[in-house]
Amino acid sequence: MGAIEKQRHILDFTLATLGRRKGKNIALIVVYTFVICLMASVVFFADALKQEAAQILQGAPEMTVQRLVAGRQDLIPTHYIDSIRTIRGVQSVEPRLWGYYYDAFSGANYTLMVNADLNNHPGSIIIGAGVARRSEPGKPPQTLRKNDLVPFKTYSDTVVTLQVKGILPSESELVTADLILVSEADFKTIFPIPAGLATDLVLKIRNAKELATIAAKITRIHPDSRPVLREDILRTYAAVFDWRGGVILLILSGGFFAFIILAWDKATGLSAEEKREIGILKAIGWETSDILLMKFWEGTAVSLTAFFLGLFLAYLHTFLASPLLFEPVLKGWSVLYPHFRLTPRINIYQIAVLFFLTVLPYTVATIVPSWRSATIDPDSVMRM
Amino acid sequence: MIFHSGILALLLGSGLTGGMLGYSAYQGIRIIRQWDISSGSERQLELERRTYLVSTVMSYALVFQLLSLFLFIYTADTLSSLFIGAMCAAGSLQVNGFGYPSLLLKIVSCLLAGLWLIVNAADNKAYDYPLLRTKYWLLLFIAPVLFIETTVQAMYLLGLRPDIITSCCSILFSTDANTLMSDLLVLPPWPSQIVFFSSALLTMALGLFVYLKTRGAVLYATVSLLHCAISITALISFIGIYIYELPTHHCPFCILHQEYGYIGYFLYAALLVGAITGIGTGVINPFRTIPSLHDAVPRMQKKLARISLIATLAFVLMTGWSILFSNLTLKAY
Amino acid sequence: MIRLQNIRKIFNAGQPNEFVALEGVNLSIGSQEATALKGPSGSGKTTLLSLLGCMARPTAGRITVKGREITSLPERFLTEIRRETFGIIFQQFNLIKGITALENVMIPAYPKGEKHASLKRRAMDLLDLLNIAGKASAKVEWLSGGEAQRTAIARALINNPSIIIADEPTAHLDTTLSREFMEIMRQLKKEGKTLLIASHDPIAYESDVIDRIIEMRDGTIVPPADGS
Repeated sequence: MGAIEKQRHILDFTLATLGRRKGKNIALIVVYTFVICLMASVVFFADALKQEAAQILQGAPEMTVQRLVAGRQDLIPTHYIDSIRTIRGVQSVEPRLWGYYYDAFSGANYTLMVNADLNNHPGSIIIGAGVARRSEPGKPPQTLRKNDLVPFKTYSDTVVTLQVKGILPSESELVTADLILVSEADFKTIFPIPAGLATDLVLKIRNAKELATIAAKITRIHPDSRPVLREDILRTYAAVFDWRGGVILLILSGGFFAFIILAWDKATGLSAEEKREIGILKAIGWETSDILLMKFWEGTAVSLTAFFLGLFLAYLHTFLASPLLFEPVLKGWSVLYPHFRLTPRINIYQIAVLFFLTVLPYTVATIVPSWRSATIDPDSVMRM
Repeated sequence: MIFHSGILALLLGSGLTGGMLGYSAYQGIRIIRQWDISSGSERQLELERRTYLVSTVMSYALVFQLLSLFLFIYTADTLSSLFIGAMCAAGSLQVNGFGYPSLLLKIVSCLLAGLWLIVNAADNKAYDYPLLRTKYWLLLFIAPVLFIETTVQAMYLLGLRPDIITSCCSILFSTDANTLMSDLLVLPPWPSQIVFFSSALLTMALGLFVYLKTRGAVLYATVSLLHCAISITALISFIGIYIYELPTHHCPFCILHQEYGYIGYFLYAALLVGAITGIGTGVINPFRTIPSLHDAVPRMQKKLARISLIATLAFVLMTGWSILFSNLTLKAY
Repeated sequence: MIRLQNIRKIFNAGQPNEFVALEGVNLSIGSQEATALKGPSGSGKTTLLSLLGCMARPTAGRITVKGREITSLPERFLTEIRRETFGIIFQQFNLIKGITALENVMIPAYPKGEKHASLKRRAMDLLDLLNIAGKASAKVEWLSGGEAQRTAIARALINNPSIIIADEPTAHLDTTLSREFMEIMRQLKKEGKTLLIASHDPIAYESDVIDRIIEMRDGTIVPPADGS
């Protein structure tokens, strides 16, 4: 019977027909592609951020123990380390000293953190890339370089000047943009923290399965402590990026809906020429299901073109150009924006989701108009 | 609710499919009430045109349902990282009471849609639409199933909140838990393999018989359905462990992962196709007696039997290949 | 070959613009006969032609084609019969613009799934038969009136039908081309085809190719003067 030949013939004819009606179809494909590009950008970007965060947080401690006083974080006594170290499964416990330093010059909050390596080099700091770009609001960035001197205002109202020893690599910007590493001595000059206290404790756990049990034990020994798991942080980041991405998609859906109406209108409004052509086909021996097949191929050709073009453009937009449109919403509001290049990552799941969000509604919108055109009477062309 | 793009996609997808089914059912009611094949009135001609619309809509509905079935599992899998204790889809589906029912309803609606399309194809082969009323009544029965599926899926997806402690597949599908699943797993692999392969053999033999003699279709349909259930049990009981090369990993969802070559998709596709076509041969069997379908039905049964045979064989071959080339060898059984 | 019994065709039934196109039509077309349908516009000629050519269903009455009743056949079966049995030539040729003459000829056979190569060959043979093989790859907009006419005829013949239907084929042709057309019809009749030509052009219905003239007026057949 040649069912495949039949498909081939009808497909050939359909593609030729699309070629003959370039004008109308091009307009539709352009809008379709644009819509898909927008949605794909959101999905790619949100996903890439999640992956990026996950990868960088690999280096974060599995568990951090903080101390809460009246529901707010307070300094934690370092003698807690002794009791915690005895819990089975805990490999090591280290105190961490860090805080937020408000820089009046740029209006930004930096994270000041003690790094044990710098204890032999008092007076030196290592800064993150966002810090290096610090500037007065409204003025071009100063760009701190190695050996530059940076003044810090201490809580005793004096100024201590520290020298930039190095700048953290830009690959880690997402997490280190606003970081300044100092020696313990300098830290305590700027923030007068009494001895025997730390900001939080960092734990290394032997077996990942025991995290929950160990956390529970710590809370039992020290009821004022709060263990924070890296997994919790990851999950929260993922949820935030997902949520923000989802909100943007919902906002875009208004525009997408307008596109669907356009598509439906275009499908319904057959020109007299098109109607005549279908009438001829039916008169000379094409059946309703043959015309439906033709319309199916037409929709498929349009959808696939727009889909892959849209995905391609979204890929370029997200991973090569900076995602201009969605960056602020997805990354969050802040004075310091980390500059970083996302690693291009797309997977089949994203493509499937985008397919559902775009091609499906388009196809559904065109079903009834396609059918209407396919059921034109065979004798209509004789009556014209 | 979690604003994941996959969830939005699924909700949109099933909303659209539900809408399409509802529209079809509404058209079906009109057609049933006013149909008169012998009339040449314009209303009759209009109704005949409408049947094309319903056929088209139902075809798309089936495709969307199949795609959304796999998207559903994939989404559950992706979301598993948001729930403590869940490492794959098995855990996510446990988060609230609507997860597994949703999956089941999706599979059932795929089956029903497929069977409807087979009945529709049979009807179209006759010159007097003998099955018209039958198939639209069937549609009125299928549509509510789909509505329920849309609702249950929505309740599952909208009721998801991250950080709920749930079980991971290794607990759900382990021999310690007190579930039907664990009872299945306590079955030692050797007898399970015997049951599965003999069932496969029987199914294929019957399929061949139907293909050659176009008789015994109803028996074949029943056996197909049973074999489908046995195959799923076999997947959990012993096929999975060879693919994972781990005697304790029985999860039926992890075989869809990339690291196993996405073999799960092929296995489930073969299973679904085999089930729909196998059951289909039996579903259209009562229509052999209708004069206008006298030749068409046996021909369709042959075609369906052939497809079902190939699908069943494919499943068996993939299973055998996984077992033979797995690095796992089970002794002591 | 074709039999019509008590055919009635009403458009827009039950509405204010209800229109009875055909009423009480009884007709028999014999095999290998050439029949002309004659009558003014509005006489129901076109409607009758569309019913004869399986392009529409009657509101009442029965139609049999080659012994098989087709009155209530669903569209897909009707189309199959139409495709196999009838070749249709339209008033304005109705060729599809923007594609070549050859492709136009092949289109009616696409749904049958014939292999592309053999279909193309048959189409070329037909064009050759009608002496326009040279214009096979020309777009139809560039064809002259006579060439378009022949392309339309070739298209009607691609599925090897036994009945040719022509609706006002000479309406847009000059005298020379009209006579040419009737000559081609004579040739087809000699090959054993049945012809049905609707026309108000004397060159067509008074040609000696025609065996029988059926006159229509106001939706019914005017009984012939000699009472047969």
